[in-house]
Amino acid sequence: MDPFQLLVGGIANGCIYGLVALGFVLIYKATEAVNFAQGDLMMLGAFVTMTFVNQEWWDFPFIPGFILAMLVMGVFSYLLEFVIIRRLFGQPQFAVVILTIALGFILRFIAGAIWGHDPQSLEFPLAGESFHIGSIVVGYDEAFVILVTAVLTSLLYLFFARTRLGIAMQASSQNQLAAYYMGIPVKRISSLIWALSGMTASVAGVLFAAKGAIDPSTGLLGIKAFAAAVIGGFGSLPGALAGGLIIGIIEPMAQFFAPSGYSQIAPYAVMLLVLILRPNGLFSQVFQKKV
Amino acid sequence: MRIHFKTDYRQDLQLFADWQTFCYYLIAFVAAASAPFWLGEYLLGEMTYVLIWVIAGLGLMILVGHTGQVSLGHGAFLACGAYMQYNLIEAGVPFLIAFPLAGLFAGVIGALAAVPALKMSGIYLAIATLAFGIIVEDVIILLEHWTGGIEGVYISSIMIFGIDFDRYAGGLEPYAVPGHNFYWLCLVVALLATLFYRNLLRSPTGRAFIAIRDSEVSARAMGVNIARYKTLAFGLSCFFTGLAGALLAHFLSAFNYEAFLILISIQMLLMVTIGGLGSIHGAWFGAIIIGMLPVVITIMREEISSAMGLGNFTIPGLDQAVFAAVLIAFIMIEPLGIYGRWLKIRTWFQLFPLAKKDMFKRHKSYLKTERMR
Repeated sequence: MDPFQLLVGGIANGCIYGLVALGFVLIYKATEAVNFAQGDLMMLGAFVTMTFVNQEWWDFPFIPGFILAMLVMGVFSYLLEFVIIRRLFGQPQFAVVILTIALGFILRFIAGAIWGHDPQSLEFPLAGESFHIGSIVVGYDEAFVILVTAVLTSLLYLFFARTRLGIAMQASSQNQLAAYYMGIPVKRISSLIWALSGMTASVAGVLFAAKGAIDPSTGLLGIKAFAAAVIGGFGSLPGALAGGLIIGIIEPMAQFFAPSGYSQIAPYAVMLLVLILRPNGLFSQVFQKKV
Repeated sequence: MRIHFKTDYRQDLQLFADWQTFCYYLIAFVAAASAPFWLGEYLLGEMTYVLIWVIAGLGLMILVGHTGQVSLGHGAFLACGAYMQYNLIEAGVPFLIAFPLAGLFAGVIGALAAVPALKMSGIYLAIATLAFGIIVEDVIILLEHWTGGIEGVYISSIMIFGIDFDRYAGGLEPYAVPGHNFYWLCLVVALLATLFYRNLLRSPTGRAFIAIRDSEVSARAMGVNIARYKTLAFGLSCFFTGLAGALLAHFLSAFNYEAFLILISIQMLLMVTIGGLGSIHGAWFGAIIIGMLPVVITIMREEISSAMGLGNFTIPGLDQAVFAAVLIAFIMIEPLGIYGRWLKIRTWFQLFPLAKKDMFKRHKSYLKTERMR
């Protein structure tokens, strides 16, 4: 097996981890809350898209179905924040962690009750086709994943750096009260960021489903995405993507080079190593306060 | 409301504030100690399970509730205790020596794990411990020689001075159901752990823990050695969890890595949160809820299915979903957990009719970023 071939698969996987990690980071950046249900939102997004697109369900064309599912997930996440998460306003960060863990359980249960627990696959138009770069085979699905991720990340980056709304989101993260005094509708901002994060999760879910099967426990992949977000330094968008790529590349490499049994701990071991050496991640977002 | 007018320094040192409080706890103790005489075998087993969770919960409470360090990987230390216990017992070490050693082993591992954890805080710590838990899961499978790998191990029963403390051991027939010896053993360990914890909180060490939880900067300014006390908190917490793991090993008799999956760690954290962070009562309440909720759900499911004539139906994941829903309700309605609710009810009765609704109102707090330290 050519290591470069592994690299392509790794990068494509890494993009998906990176996108889920982006979802974490978005919410963290704007509300300082950590959403442990992000992986489950991704799973839900994949299932919703599948319902729209697959033949045995509603059989929409792929692109409209994809966009519709994104909107549905956006509305769902908005409502999630509006109905549940908002009640925790002002409570310690830890409470939201626990709450979202519990939410994850419930989402997994609902998905299992609706779509069943067997792995299912999304009917992806480009599945199975591939092109060659030298001796390396690149699937269209992999290229699609990489492309979509690159576009989405740059859009989000520009959104946070340039637009009024993006800057308002950053402000409400740094100090809710001060942001409120500046006329920022902090509550609505936090709902909006959840919607945005739900849409990102939906994209990640579709990309994941394009490459393989999904089942309700797919959401546990969120833990790996967590590792990615942490490696990148929670709160940094490029960092999340970089972390995702690192995790994605390490996984197949470890499977290839390390003895069996050791490979699956590689992503976590790398994450622990990063945390030990740089407790705030590679792209650290922590600044020392001057007294 | 009872007013404690202290006239003597010894009153400050008493375990119980007054004789009434003492009576309440005495009644609870008598009820717990006599459980084998009035509970069935199944329920007694569940109670034993609850007591094991109490011990583990007390351990986690030291860390999360009183030192403010979130751990999502405590199942790993449960595993350390369980497998150490297995190896010692199988090597022929008597239980009374093996049991503390198993706890100590987990404690030392915990203290070692604290060294990198010292630099982390908040969410980074939670995720690092989560990763640690996942890694330990795999390490258990890899260390086949010590842990039996995927197949797991079978642990021999406990013998103390020739008395069989096995989970299913009889004795005392026809008064008590099998397993009472093991139940009492767990009860004694849980009570000793509680007593130790209670005294710990009244000592300088416990106050240092609480100071670190409330504000690390102020604690340091007060002269608390943060590194030392955090390591100590990790060590103590893991010691208790290791003891619980050792008992869990005997409770399960045969076990493999699946007894210590990451879900168990998460469940432990949820347990102390539901119970009420920062209180010893919380660990007990949380363990009772966690231990008893599956039983209640099973009974209710049987009731409903027999009442509606559905036959024997199962929905996978229903238990977890109900559990999660209860948890969400708690966090939204009662952030202080069961103990918080209990305090409110008790105060209402003590002050009757003078209790005011706003007595427990929290100050409005606004979030400030953690990224500015």
